[in-house]
Amino acid sequence: MDENELNLRPNQIPEELKGSIAVTTLDRIYNWSRRNSIWPMMFGLACCAIEMIATAASRYDFSRFGMEVMRASPRQADVMIVSGTVTKKMIPQIVRLYNQMAEPKYVIAMGACASGGGPFKEGYNVVPGIDRFIPVDVYIPGCPPTPQALLNGLITLQKKIDSESLKSVRWYQKGKIEPIPIPVLGPDLIDPRQSPLIKELCQSQISNVSPAGTPENLEAHHDNQLD
Amino acid sequence: MTTSWIETQLTEYLLERFGEAVQPDSRPGYLGFLVARNKLLEVCRSLRDEFGFDYLSSVTGVDYHPEPFMEVVYHFYKSTGGSALVMKTQAPRDNPTVPSLCSLYPGADFQEREAWDLLGIRFEGHPDLRRILMWEGFAGHPLRKDWREPFFEEDAKPFKSRWPEGHFIRVEDNNPYKNNVSYPPDFDPGKWVPDKDELLYGGLQSFEEDSEIKTERIVVNLGPQHPSTHGVFRMVVLLEGERVVDLKPVMGYLHRNHEKIGERNTYLQNMPFTDRLDYICSMSNNFGYALAVEKLMGIQPPERAEYIRVMMAELTRFLNHMFSIGFLLNDLGAFFTPSLYAIEERELILDIFEEVAGSRMMCNYFRFGGVARDVPEQVLDKIKTLVHDRLPRKLDEFERYLTHNEILRSRCEGVGVLTPEQAIALSVAGPVLRASGVPYDVRRADPYSIYERLEFDVAYGIHGDIYDRYLVRIEEMRQSLRILRQVLKDIPNGPVMAGKPQFQVRVPPGEAYGRVEGPKGELGFYVVSNGKPNPWRYHVRAPSFINLTSLKTMAHGAKVADLVAILGSIDIVLGEVDR
Amino acid sequence: MNGLWILRGLGVTLKHFIETYIEDFRQGKKRYFTAQGIEQRRSSKTRGIFTVQYPEEKLPVPEEFRYLPFLVYEEVNGQRKLRCTACGICAKVCPPQCIWIVRSTDPETGRPVPAPSEFYIDVDVCMNCGFCAEYCPFDAIKMDHDYEIASFDRQREHVFDLQKISKPVTYYAKIRPGNYAEEQRARMMKEAAKTIA
Repeated sequence: MDENELNLRPNQIPEELKGSIAVTTLDRIYNWSRRNSIWPMMFGLACCAIEMIATAASRYDFSRFGMEVMRASPRQADVMIVSGTVTKKMIPQIVRLYNQMAEPKYVIAMGACASGGGPFKEGYNVVPGIDRFIPVDVYIPGCPPTPQALLNGLITLQKKIDSESLKSVRWYQKGKIEPIPIPVLGPDLIDPRQSPLIKELCQSQISNVSPAGTPENLEAHHDNQLD
Repeated sequence: MTTSWIETQLTEYLLERFGEAVQPDSRPGYLGFLVARNKLLEVCRSLRDEFGFDYLSSVTGVDYHPEPFMEVVYHFYKSTGGSALVMKTQAPRDNPTVPSLCSLYPGADFQEREAWDLLGIRFEGHPDLRRILMWEGFAGHPLRKDWREPFFEEDAKPFKSRWPEGHFIRVEDNNPYKNNVSYPPDFDPGKWVPDKDELLYGGLQSFEEDSEIKTERIVVNLGPQHPSTHGVFRMVVLLEGERVVDLKPVMGYLHRNHEKIGERNTYLQNMPFTDRLDYICSMSNNFGYALAVEKLMGIQPPERAEYIRVMMAELTRFLNHMFSIGFLLNDLGAFFTPSLYAIEERELILDIFEEVAGSRMMCNYFRFGGVARDVPEQVLDKIKTLVHDRLPRKLDEFERYLTHNEILRSRCEGVGVLTPEQAIALSVAGPVLRASGVPYDVRRADPYSIYERLEFDVAYGIHGDIYDRYLVRIEEMRQSLRILRQVLKDIPNGPVMAGKPQFQVRVPPGEAYGRVEGPKGELGFYVVSNGKPNPWRYHVRAPSFINLTSLKTMAHGAKVADLVAILGSIDIVLGEVDR
Repeated sequence: MNGLWILRGLGVTLKHFIETYIEDFRQGKKRYFTAQGIEQRRSSKTRGIFTVQYPEEKLPVPEEFRYLPFLVYEEVNGQRKLRCTACGICAKVCPPQCIWIVRSTDPETGRPVPAPSEFYIDVDVCMNCGFCAEYCPFDAIKMDHDYEIASFDRQREHVFDLQKISKPVTYYAKIRPGNYAEEQRARMMKEAAKTIA
């Protein structure tokens, strides 16, 4: 393979859009206007937020893409750039912010932490990837992604928007889009969607039937109890 | 380490006066005194009032499991300079209770809460002993050595599963919930009542009741998602009209378990993690950590490496102060133009970091006994043109743009005042301390590296308000440039690493506290080694975190709009606050 | 006079604004979309507009720049030969432990062979610290310069396997010419020393 081709990637098509692309002129106008006015939410979590600020600043300047209007209110934002480590203490707020955003809304997981926990994944207060809770459109690897990498991610998002069609977008479908249940801070983070599973597994631990958990998990429980 | 005359005197005095209750710490590699719990307050009062150790720098706990005790470690300093006095007190592990030092040193407040949260050490007499980084209701105290997180693999890195049979698996796939969680056995999510923050809101109280106009008091939450909080910081504010009556900071929204992970890492593996503490000035964090471990190992970096280190630290200080002033102006309502100008200069410095260290922000450049690689000649030339030409010129322009601006002055002068006494008592550090009129700078008060040989002045203010903090930062940038000019002139040739680069360093047992004057204040690393490849205890004395103790005092009586400016003037970075 | 300094401050912003056009005029066409123009805009002499217009213009990354690791292979008689010997030092030194290596074994004797049969890097854990490249004794793992790797799916795309992270030595020599030359020199010295001995 030639070196110049080495880092070229084939055109990617998002999984959910495969086999359903029929772009009309109307779609093209619709998407063109949307992709050039994506307003990000003014929302930073950790290190990556500083790179996001650098991207907004004069050297990289993402207002060239119509993104300069960083909105502090989720109601006015189109894209949520999850920039940084998502902790268990913060995830209820993030889910709430996501629910408050108006459709059409997109999520970019910026950096390793937001995508999959990052170097802090093993920690006790870290969510291993924001996609456990909210759907993510574009993932940008890197720790932290440089501003140019973030811009590349934003362009990738624009490509995704380009491939959407008025007929199939979820916000024009019938029926209400259900908000994502907000996680609860318990003895550990509780995902309300998992409540029955949690109850079942915890019950089975009392009756000493070995659950699907690893031995380490059981030990951890034991230690927690001692405290 | 040579003991000075005053220290010998102090030792004799303490032993004589308190007898059995104070013992020199005789474990190999350890320093300071072991104090009996019941005499702690008495000893500390005497230290503060008679010996002038008025600055409590760091409070932390160490779990010596399986030994049956926990230890609380205090580092005291004199605000006039000098080296540390280390005091320790031990408490049984099953019910560790230690008297709180809050009445003597109010700056112990957050640090004691942190020790309670993470280690479960109870501080008797603490006015508000709640969890600080985790939430109320969280099961267990995570920094205890026998507490294990859901993704626990092994006690120490490297993990055996990675090599030679490293068949890839995502660690969450091992977990029944496919997530980073575990619950106590009898837990029922249906019956769980989440904490409603009653303690937090209930603890809000007014300082005074004798205001003339009686208005209804309301509680306002600023954050954790708020554009002015510089990240995920939350302030619970009790308001009377526009006036702040009481305030409680809430943090932990970016608590990334730095210390727990740090105790599993090898010494070297912690280096890139320190980058992510205060992610704006990673070079300074590297510096502090390298100093602490080098102290333990008893090695000294070569001359050229010392110069490079100081050069990088001062460039970092410059870019941090630029950034923080830019964002202070942002908070004051001058939206983005000052920040843009500041970030422009920051980008030019980051280009240098990228060229030298390989990354813009996460430099990971320091090694024990030197730095990772030499600075090439053409980069030195670049730094020279920056330091001699561009940065001073731009700093002047920045000043012309801002310093005398009438709006800035009327917003900043006399707002958020902290008196010198308050500042010392609250363990405030860095530009905030110096703006209050305490010329305390670790580079001068307890010199490290080559700072003793360099000429520079410690900038300090008089009024202790936001404006003085701004001026101190501007002056510090000038002094940084002055240091840089000397360093660039005198930098010698030679190796940049003492000995061969090693990935597994041998660290003898003992404890060390390395501190540097970071751009945000005194940044300290407390490392305990037991001779194994990974540290037994690894604690970060984060300046942003402890500086926040003073927020309540500064904000008292201020308007809400000023509160945002006051927070901006402390210059916090959440990565460091929450760690 | 009250407000004087506000006006002076506004003068600073005005100066920034005008400088852009002065520079445009002075430098002419080569100011934008040329390597020389980008270099000028990132030097300490830059005035006026500071923006580098990604993706049309890209800021070149310095040689030491590090993003994700890759494995170097050499082409011998049309066969790919990885430099990696599966010694495991990178997996041991990796701070977040994101490198997974399976050492290959000889199918006949069952003895370990100095080559990896599987090699994974979990990109969602990697912290780009560069330790693997720094401590690799065989110059087999290096830090890549490619940062344009945003994707739609992390489950499939973000675990780099042997196939995905192997890159030829020519690529390495291209992105890090200085390091490569240094290494070649060290290798020659070593071999020279060997032949003398």
